[in-house]
This record gives sequence, C-alpha cells and structure tokens, in this order.
Amino acid sequence: MAAMAAERGTAAEALVGQVVLPGDLLLLPAHYDEDAEGERLRLSAGTAPQGRLLCGPGLRRSGAGLLVTKCGLLRHRPGGGGAYWVDSQQKRYVPVKGDHVIGIVTAKAGDVFRLDVGGSEPASLSYLAFEGATKRNRPNVQVGDLIYGQFVVANKDMEPEMVCIDSSGKSSGMGIIGQDGFLFKVSLGLIRKLLAPKCEIIQELSQLYPFEMVLGMNGRIWVKAKTVQQTLIVVNILEACEHMTAQQRKQALAKLSGN
Amino acid sequence: MAGEVKTKLSKNLLRMKFMQRGLDSQTKKQLEEEEKKIISEEHWYLDVPDLKEKESCIIEERSFLRCEDLVYGRMSFKGFNPEIEKLMIQMNSKCKEEKIEEDDKMEADVSDEEMARRYETLVGTIGKKFLRKRDQRVLKDDDEDEDDEVEEGNSNTRPSKRAKKMFLKPQD
Repeated sequence: MAAMAAERGTAAEALVGQVVLPGDLLLLPAHYDEDAEGERLRLSAGTAPQGRLLCGPGLRRSGAGLLVTKCGLLRHRPGGGGAYWVDSQQKRYVPVKGDHVIGIVTAKAGDVFRLDVGGSEPASLSYLAFEGATKRNRPNVQVGDLIYGQFVVANKDMEPEMVCIDSSGKSSGMGIIGQDGFLFKVSLGLIRKLLAPKCEIIQELSQLYPFEMVLGMNGRIWVKAKTVQQTLIVVNILEACEHMTAQQRKQALAKLSGN
Repeated sequence: MAGEVKTKLSKNLLRMKFMQRGLDSQTKKQLEEEEKKIISEEHWYLDVPDLKEKESCIIEERSFLRCEDLVYGRMSFKGFNPEIEKLMIQMNSKCKEEKIEEDDKMEADVSDEEMARRYETLVGTIGKKFLRKRDQRVLKDDDEDEDDEVEEGNSNTRPSKRAKKMFLKPQD
C-alpha cells in the first residue's frame, strides 16, 4: 500500500533538449503563475516576459505548469514571449489550422471538392477558394489532381476545410500542382527538418540538379525534375536521408554528382 | 357614464402614446421610471459573488508553424520554375522586414518627383474630358488666346471663327 507521493514537477528550463515522457509535469518560472495577482510587476533578476508563453504541440496547460502528453525532446524558443513544445516523431497527420498541405482530389460534390490529406477525414475545398475564381469562372480541377492549400478549419469536432488563397485573396503559390512529378510520403519529423531555415539537405540537393519541390506538412512531398531518372534520384535521397548521418549523405551525393 | 369611463381607464391604456401627449414631462418621467422598475424587478440574477477571471499567461497551440520558424513549402532550384523562385524570395523575406523596406526604396521605377509632375498635368488633361460643351468652348478660347501670343500666324483664322459664333444680322 505504498502511497504515491504527489508528483512534483521539474523546472521546464532544466529539461530543454532532453527526452520527456507523457505524464511529466514541467514547472514554469514564477511569473507565469496564474494565482500571482499583482506580483507580476515585481522586478526580478530574471527576464520579465512580455506577452504570453506559447504551449506548443505535445504539451498541455495544467494548474501548476505544463503537462507533457507526447514523448520526445523538449524544445524552447526564447523570442516573442517564449515557447515550449515537444519535438516528437509521427507518421500519421492530424489536421491543424494554418498548415500548408498537399491534398489529392478524390471526389467532386457539387460546389465542393473532397481532398484526401492523410487525416481521419477527407477535407473539403470550395471551388471559390481559388484565386480569381467566380461562379462563372471555375477552376479546372479533376479527380486525382494534387492541390497545395492551407487549412482554415481544423478541429476534432468538424470536418477540416481547406482554401487555396491567403487572407488577402492572393494564391501565393497555393493551388493546383502541375503535371508530372512524383508524390511520396515521409514522416512528419523529416518534413519539419527539411523546412527548417538553412537545411543542409536542401542546400546539398539544390546543388545537384534543377528541380522543383513542394513539401506538405502532412508528410507528402512532390518532386519534379527534368528527367524521370533525376526525379527518382531526388526522391530516393529524400526518403533515405532520414536514416542517414550527414556524412553518409554527403558520400551518396558525391557519388551521384561524380556520375 | 362618461365619468365612470374616466376613472376606470386601465394602466396599459394610459401608457399609450396618444394618452401621454397631454401629460407634462414630469408625469411622463415618473411613468417611465415605474416601467423600468417593473422590468428590472422581473429580471433574475445570481446571488453569488463575482468570479474573477484568471488571466492566464499561457496559450495552447497545436501547430508547429507558430513555434518553429519554418520556411515556405514550395521550392524550386536552379531556375526550374522561375515564378516559384521569385515567390520563395518574397515569402522568406517576409520574416525579415528590414530587407523589404530597403527593397521598396530601391525598386521604385518612377521617382516621387516624376510622379508628382505627371499627376499635375494628368489631372488637367483628364479633367477637360469631363467638362460640358460650353466649358469646353471656353477652354478652347483660352487656349487660343494663349496661342495667339506665341503664334501670330493664326490670326487670320481667328476673326472668321469668332464671326461664326456671333449672330450675324441679315443686311437689309
């Protein structure tokens, strides 16, 4: 009958960059305490945060601090009020508002297209959500087309909805992805690695051949190069680079550019 | 009969507009206050002390986009798709606002002074288009007057035009 001691959390700052497991409680510095009334203005030696703390994916707000809900590495970003999130590995995508994804058109139902985005439900896309689309001027979308768009509605209670324009009405690169090319799926962690600013993999690949690439946050990548062989080479590198070290990757690329 | 009717007018009837025209402002105000009192007494309220909303400093976010600084998902390399390469520069520089300000100053094809000069003349020329016929004729005269000072060769045509405009009395 050992009574479990009340779980005491550890300071969030101490665990940045380390593995956290679901159920861990992270304590935040005192100035985020909700019950501190009127004490927020005290001049502490540490940095006084301006704005609110962002509690990213994998974390949940609980009374005393943040509760971890996914296993992974804890990351922290100090700018803009600070943000904590858990960097976890996942293959299955869950629609999130604001994410840019590649969808495959599966059906046309009147005024609305049904897209498969790899989530639990097909997303809907209205034909008016393209740049320059009017009731008379409909976009030329067929079943099986690839579409790059972003979510406007994505929660667990409703069917996700996508649009191919941004808030000012411009397409800014979204819309139907052209002919040819190759679509394949990778894990979500690799996508985020590739989308990081100054990603080495992307820089090395860009030296190889001229090619075009679209990365969707749902794990889908579309690649198009001049010949089929070049396209397949790029695809194979992207798929394999998740499990290669930087050196192996450089060796592989050196072999290819040698050929 | 009339006397009974006077004394037995109902409250609702007295509240009607046509009955209140004769009343003076004070009685009107009183009636209004009574109405308000009745309405507010009918309202229900919770006899519980106000709960203070806890202002939390933590926002929950499910998207990685706001946590990490991710670049735009559409890319093109070595000139494969020039439009997308332009878009890449545009989207990725949105984060760095200083660059955008510099670019705006450098990329102006037409300087501000030239724009101002153009507009001055432009407003005049397009304004003429919308003048009514009478005003247009007046404008023409003015123009011709100005031209007169510069070009004296056209003076021959001037009197004949002017003659056309004025009424010529038939000679007996």
